[in-house]
Amino acid sequence: MNIHEYQAKQIFQKYGVPTPRGRVAFSVNEAVEAAKELGGNIWVVKAQIHAGGRGLGGGVKLAKSIEEVEEHTKNILGMTLVTHQTGPEGKLVQKVYIEEGADIKSEFYLGMLLDRAAEMPVMMASTEGGMEIEKVAAETPEKIVKVNIDPTIGFQGYHGRKLAFGLGLPKEEIGTFIKFAKALYDVYMDNDAEMIEINPLIKTGDGKFLALDAKMGFDDNALGRHPDIEDMRDLSEEEPTEVEAKRYGLSYVKLDGNVGCMVNGAGLSMATMDIIKHEGGEPANFLDVGGGANPETVAKGFEIILEDPNVKAIFVNIFGGIVRCDRVANGILEATKMTEVNVPVVVRLDGTNALEAAEILRNANIENIITAESLADGAKKVVAAAKGE
Amino acid sequence: MSILVNKDSKVIVQGFTGKEGTFHASQCIDYGTQIVGGVTPGKGGQEHLGKPVFNTVEEAVNSTGATVSMIFVPPAFVADAVMEAADAGIELAVIITEGAPVKDMMYAKMYATKKGMKTIGPNCPGIITAEECKIGIMPGNIFKKGNVGLISKSGTLTYEASHQVVQEGFGITTAVGIGGDPIIGLSYKQLLPMFEADPETEAIVMIGEIGGDLEIQAAEFIKENISKPVVAFIAGQTAPKGKRMGHAGAIISGGSGTAAEKMEALEKAGVKVVVSPADIGKAVKEVLSK
Repeated sequence: MNIHEYQAKQIFQKYGVPTPRGRVAFSVNEAVEAAKELGGNIWVVKAQIHAGGRGLGGGVKLAKSIEEVEEHTKNILGMTLVTHQTGPEGKLVQKVYIEEGADIKSEFYLGMLLDRAAEMPVMMASTEGGMEIEKVAAETPEKIVKVNIDPTIGFQGYHGRKLAFGLGLPKEEIGTFIKFAKALYDVYMDNDAEMIEINPLIKTGDGKFLALDAKMGFDDNALGRHPDIEDMRDLSEEEPTEVEAKRYGLSYVKLDGNVGCMVNGAGLSMATMDIIKHEGGEPANFLDVGGGANPETVAKGFEIILEDPNVKAIFVNIFGGIVRCDRVANGILEATKMTEVNVPVVVRLDGTNALEAAEILRNANIENIITAESLADGAKKVVAAAKGE
Repeated sequence: MSILVNKDSKVIVQGFTGKEGTFHASQCIDYGTQIVGGVTPGKGGQEHLGKPVFNTVEEAVNSTGATVSMIFVPPAFVADAVMEAADAGIELAVIITEGAPVKDMMYAKMYATKKGMKTIGPNCPGIITAEECKIGIMPGNIFKKGNVGLISKSGTLTYEASHQVVQEGFGITTAVGIGGDPIIGLSYKQLLPMFEADPETEAIVMIGEIGGDLEIQAAEFIKENISKPVVAFIAGQTAPKGKRMGHAGAIISGGSGTAAEKMEALEKAGVKVVVSPADIGKAVKEVLSK
């Protein structure tokens, strides 16, 4: 789960990670009030969406007067912001963050995530503040300093020194930086974060470090023990069908093709998408119905897949294990009664009691259900069906 | 022969009396697995499925001599259960539970490693030595005895692969579902040498997926250390970047962890990589007929 910049900064402030002062605003009036409350004579109006690259897309503007705050907010609120991370359809901006202007002397990058190979968190810093870290890693990897932090010892001074010296900070600034990094480590660990990115981290004219931007993602499996963070969830930032699927215990990801997929198990779901492509088709989605594949979940699966108007055929690929195939076959028949399915459905049931299952489907004699013998056979048939063959 | 577990392995179940634990433990008993007892705090002294229930893993180990634990406790209690098993001298913990927080697994695995306990999973189907011992939730009947070792991040895709291998006239020595979480126990790199050393295993199938770099590490390892033929399939060739595909660890982040880079690395290491998941069985036949 991801949160907005303003929410991440609220968490930062709680832990003593310094940020510029700011207020979130949902309307032009609120933005003007926020700017007045913050005071000063320079503000930044920042679109709040779950994607990076907002500045380049016109979602971050500097205001030198209250009138400019008003004008920029009018332009940004309600705009569809397109960045390299939103995809071509962009994202609707529904709130802005009004922040006091900062005196930027230099810009850095500071981030934290799980190093899967080391099986512990890694903190990364770079002098290339403001640049995409992936790009820096690809082009000038020597400009990134990394340090793994073993959680059993926690954040130690030497972790901070490695980063600070790596960034080339002068001796008198090392202490301030270490304090900043230590607080960030606490934010990460205490909240079961999956990722934190501060890009840029700035040094001000008076030698302070400030998180000018803040991006945070969390481990979904740990949200149960962080109700305060779960409350920050902004469902309008997530794909509505994916949210709906999750409510029914289904795992769904929308793709661009026209062959719908309903599969049990995540690995087999991905493999099913792959084989559709291999046979010359394009998968319309990833959908894992889980182990059960009962009539209700299958019916809901059909509904979710068919919400996508591009879908021309559906491939139901279930490998029956402990859940026997004959039961799944009956479930599919039940599901077609519960929801209207108006495209060809290729069904491949293999594993325990596969023969009985095929018999059940054949005897049901439903026009748009096509049975398949194997994974490859099913993929071929569904790709042909989607092409209208 | 086989790897890690066989008909003599003594197994306890943590989370024995819960719904999942009960159902799957009884399936394991039917398969022939020596389930010697279980642990459910507060229910010590009772009997369940004809086996003794203990309050602690330590008691269970002391009175049954179990060396393996199958863990079904709810996600929030997984780390506790794993560490308790490690402390009690269990040698192998098979963690079936899905949804354990990453931070918990980070601590649990570090402690298990310190105590010399091997772990499999979490979020996995478990391990099965065909026709001897099933510790997990997989359908036992799919795994006929044979000469192919199987290592997989995915559950149903493991069944699919075994099914194809059996259809081609071969069978399985041991199949290990390693799980699809960001932090897992035994992985390709630790399991490959076990299969290499197992005289009955003549070929190895490895099934990977997008995310992380375990398959890349495996490729480097295979190149230097594995002489038996290896067949591989990597799921998620068509997965979009930055989207989590069901498994917590199945995500292409920052452009790395793609199926393409894993397939390329494995191919370079001399592995027979199949593009279509329907060709796993055929590829096994091909490498075994050479």
